[in-house]
Amino acid sequence: MKSSLVSRITFNALASVLAIVFVFPVYWMVTTAFKPNNQIISSTPVWVPTSPTLAHFTTAMHAQFFGDYWVNSLTATVGAVLAALVIALLASVAVARMRFRGRKAFILMIMVAQMAPWAVMQIAIYMIVRDANMLNEILPLLLFYMMMVLPFTIWTLRNFVAAIPKELEESALIDGCSRFGAFWRIIFPLLAPGLMATSLFGFITAWGEFPLVLVLNKDPAHYTLPLWLTQFQSVFGSDWGATMAASTLFALPVLVLFMIMQRRAVGGLTAGAVKG
Amino acid sequence: MPSKGAPAQLRDDGGTAAGSPEHSGGQARGTGGNGTAGRFRPRFGGKFGGKFGGKRRDTGNDGITPYLLLLPALAATAIFLVYPAIREILISFQRLNAFELIQHVTEWNGFQNYQTILSSSDFWHSVERSVLFTAVNVFLIMVLGSLVGLLLNRLGSKMRFVLSLALVFAWAMPVLAGTTVFQWLFDQNYGVVDWLLSQLGWKSMAHYDWLNSQFSAFTVIALLLVWQSIPFVAFNLYAGLTTISTELYEAARLDGADAWRIFRSVIFPILKPFFLSTTFLEIIWIFGALPQVLAISGGGPQGSTATLPVYAYLVGVGQQSYGMGAAVAVVTIVMLCLMMSYYFRIILKQEDEL
Repeated sequence: MKSSLVSRITFNALASVLAIVFVFPVYWMVTTAFKPNNQIISSTPVWVPTSPTLAHFTTAMHAQFFGDYWVNSLTATVGAVLAALVIALLASVAVARMRFRGRKAFILMIMVAQMAPWAVMQIAIYMIVRDANMLNEILPLLLFYMMMVLPFTIWTLRNFVAAIPKELEESALIDGCSRFGAFWRIIFPLLAPGLMATSLFGFITAWGEFPLVLVLNKDPAHYTLPLWLTQFQSVFGSDWGATMAASTLFALPVLVLFMIMQRRAVGGLTAGAVKG
Repeated sequence: MPSKGAPAQLRDDGGTAAGSPEHSGGQARGTGGNGTAGRFRPRFGGKFGGKFGGKRRDTGNDGITPYLLLLPALAATAIFLVYPAIREILISFQRLNAFELIQHVTEWNGFQNYQTILSSSDFWHSVERSVLFTAVNVFLIMVLGSLVGLLLNRLGSKMRFVLSLALVFAWAMPVLAGTTVFQWLFDQNYGVVDWLLSQLGWKSMAHYDWLNSQFSAFTVIALLLVWQSIPFVAFNLYAGLTTISTELYEAARLDGADAWRIFRSVIFPILKPFFLSTTFLEIIWIFGALPQVLAISGGGPQGSTATLPVYAYLVGVGQQSYGMGAAVAVVTIVMLCLMMSYYFRIILKQEDEL
């Protein structure tokens, strides 16, 4: 079983095939978006676009309210993530650093909340938002997205806070810091990677949310990008070039964020402050 | 719904999140010393050390501070999660159609919605379908995801980077972007999958209409879900595998164990908590998957791919029988709760220190 040459070649071949399978849909989305129509509607697939065009992006970007969709999506998503971070930071310090009655119950509640089936609560949420007279607004989306990402945010931050050695905080207290000062100067900077990791995944969830916005915001000017994407498709029918351009634009922020932040978020913690 | 990100989320920081069940396996390593100290957590050295010195000192010292810190989270949960859940239950006992909705009328009708759906064969078919669909998909995701995770562990660093990068791409794709691409891949006229299959000699697959039958529509949806879920399972298994010391493999190999035996007797027992929690997260995610099914098949042909959440949507929002849709939703939630209670029973047994 020692990794002989044969098994190494087999594993590498297998890994290559898998890598292609996993990346292909993303590759196909992006390349289709750049292909002229005759290369999209062709009886044999064109693997590499030879004369790339921006025409499909122009079509997608000239859609009515295109700018509004970005503003709507960004407002709801960024707002939800920031709100969740603030609330979760408070809760995670309590859970990771303090002992109190009901702590275990709170953690259980978080785990249950994480599994909440949001898609099947559409109707109740619709009624609540309608009673508040807030259909076709972004604020309710922001608030419910905040709740969707909150349990996970608390859960992850709690682990990050717990991973910071208590001794650091204690020595700050001995040196004359207040409890808040110790938190603000010692824990908070060390939490930066944790905050990034959690906000990244919160961003993904909120950015792609669909079932709620589908029932809450029926007015086209108040769509978010995912809803626009599905509507776009039904309007443009089989204009796959434009549809893929729209998908690419929609996926781009997440893919870019992921690429930038993944490394930092993971690298940050392991470089911890305990050593030395 | 727990969208694609959600299940992934519980453990994304490479094993620290939800690490408690996973790393508790570390006790099996017992590399000398304090076996009775129990759960050894590699990443939480500081916490572990503080556990004995710190715990007693803290008790009672924090007063109401923790409750104040938790207040915003509790308030948010009460308003945005508990209240909608209660409201959903209330609506399921109301007659709420387009008329009542527009006129703002509340008309209670007792258990009538439940009687109607529980005696509807469409409903029972979608229950059956949902259970089977979830079982097949979760099985595929766990088996294939684990295999990819094991493969990641065996690769050299360059190949591992390449495969990880590809997995990250699939993982980071927003649910609906991925769904739209799959529609294009499986397009009847110019889809690359049909072309590929016919090139490989399966001539009848040229211009095949995938959405024309229940089985083929479910195949597309399953492939999409598997593609979207594998990275999560693979990365987390890989993160777990890196915590198992290589000496254990060596020892097993010296004893003549083959790969399967090593998995069964070394890896699986140590990472059992990981497999348990990941399986449950996947069950919940697949059982509640709405956008993928809705976008790809819309529940068709003839409602034959309507899983429970899709059925709830089609009845509630589609046919504007909101009370009825809420009743289906409540039944769905109850089923999920039953599955979850089993999971939480195990978790609570294992976790003395949450």
